[in-house]
Amino acid sequence: MSSFWSAWIIVLTLAFLVFIIWLLRWNMSNYTHIKEGELMDHEFDGIVEINNPLPRWWMILFWITIVWGFIYLALYPGLGNFKGLLGWSSSNQEVLSLEESRAATEAHREAGLVVQYDREVQAADDRFGPIFEAYAQRPIPELAKDEEATEIGQRLFLQNCAQCHGSNAMGGKGFPNLTDDDWLYGGSPEAIKTSLIQGRRGAMPAFDAQFSDQQISELATYVLSLSGRKVDPEMAAAGKQNYAVCAACHGQDGKGNQQLGAPNLTDNIWLYGGSQEAIEETLHNGRNGVMPAWIDILGEDKIHVISAYVYGLSNE
Amino acid sequence: MKNVKHDFVEKRVGWLAVLATITISIGGLVEITPLIFQKQTNEPVVGLEPYTALELEGRDIYIREGCNNCHSQMIRPFRAETERYGHYSLAGEHVWERPFLWGSKRTGPDLARVGGRYSDEWHYVHLMDPRDVVPESNMPAFPWLAENTLDGKWTAKKMEVFRDYGVPYTDEDIASAQAAVQGKTEMDALIAYLQSLGTGLQQQAN
Repeated sequence: MSSFWSAWIIVLTLAFLVFIIWLLRWNMSNYTHIKEGELMDHEFDGIVEINNPLPRWWMILFWITIVWGFIYLALYPGLGNFKGLLGWSSSNQEVLSLEESRAATEAHREAGLVVQYDREVQAADDRFGPIFEAYAQRPIPELAKDEEATEIGQRLFLQNCAQCHGSNAMGGKGFPNLTDDDWLYGGSPEAIKTSLIQGRRGAMPAFDAQFSDQQISELATYVLSLSGRKVDPEMAAAGKQNYAVCAACHGQDGKGNQQLGAPNLTDNIWLYGGSQEAIEETLHNGRNGVMPAWIDILGEDKIHVISAYVYGLSNE
Repeated sequence: MKNVKHDFVEKRVGWLAVLATITISIGGLVEITPLIFQKQTNEPVVGLEPYTALELEGRDIYIREGCNNCHSQMIRPFRAETERYGHYSLAGEHVWERPFLWGSKRTGPDLARVGGRYSDEWHYVHLMDPRDVVPESNMPAFPWLAENTLDGKWTAKKMEVFRDYGVPYTDEDIASAQAAVQGKTEMDALIAYLQSLGTGLQQQAN
């Protein structure tokens, strides 16, 4: 803050406090020279006013607020650039980036200043940090059997993941079920953790331009037949002619490819619905499921615990 | 009545108004006026980008639908909030916001850093019917957003006005504004806006 604005704040604040003190003193003195309880020579429409000052204890309350005001301004940042004797502030409000925020936290800590928010976070880290650190040392399959760890994992899951995957982790249309054994990107502990850290981007292209409506119907029929569903064999046979395009990702046998996140088409588990119409829609318009990356939001230690919870859902 | 000096203001309403105005202005003069000239309220955070044409239209839809009545965009510096929403909001993130949409009520969660947290598709499903993805939600559905298309008639004008306020739009941004939003649905615009929220600060971490 420039010294002009600092001075502006200090002068106005103190001048106003002084003004209030003067006002209070003036009101406490009996400047009318009329004794308490006597008429004040003030009459309107037959109503008269008696000199009846505020009770003394009431006036003392006013004085206390003023004294409190001076104490507060001395201890806390209130007067322009004066930081206050306690060196207290709520948070690092003047930073312009995360780096500056971290640097400010560090600088304040070294200078022994109290930044309320940083203290709060520090206290939590001191308490919970060792717990998460200890979990981070243990492999996910082992952690998945630890009751306390999975409970923490579940809490974090409900807070951050349930919006898409559901509070029972069974997903919904477009959002994978995490409780079955069908994995788009792999169900190993490492694969789950990687999905959480980096996020995932599904890329099923639209085939509207490449295939006619008839060809798409045939393809959808063939895809249904891969899961052993009863279909028109002629349609399926016709669809198979064009399946080579799909095989690039989903494999010749339709078993999918976890490197690409291409779903297994043979297990009758459908991310976007398993009806003829739903599959045709997928082929027409493509699908682009997105799993956001969580590393910046949650950090690796928490992701480790969530991974254990998710891993445990299908590996009991 | 003798010697009663406040008699003066009690009987002169003009003076009463003037003195009362001065008295109640002191707080504003001390607490608000200096902020208008501070670096922290004028300088954008590193990485802050002006809203694109589509995001800007989405912001207007956000205002029209009253999203800010139930969703705040202000993460306070408490651990309980930052654990859930991310780094607390900084003044520098809102220097181009007119009007700001901090809100004061949280029936739903804070949205200051909702950008990137969910996929576009999640937002689509959620806005069409929130209960499809969050069964316990009491948020209204906004299905008409997917039907209404934008013509972008005023988009360029809006951006010009914001540029007058100091938002660094280029001539190119403004010239291409209408084309950028024309034919897009209100849903597209709102989702684009939501996906942009709070990302200025977040992206530095990557």
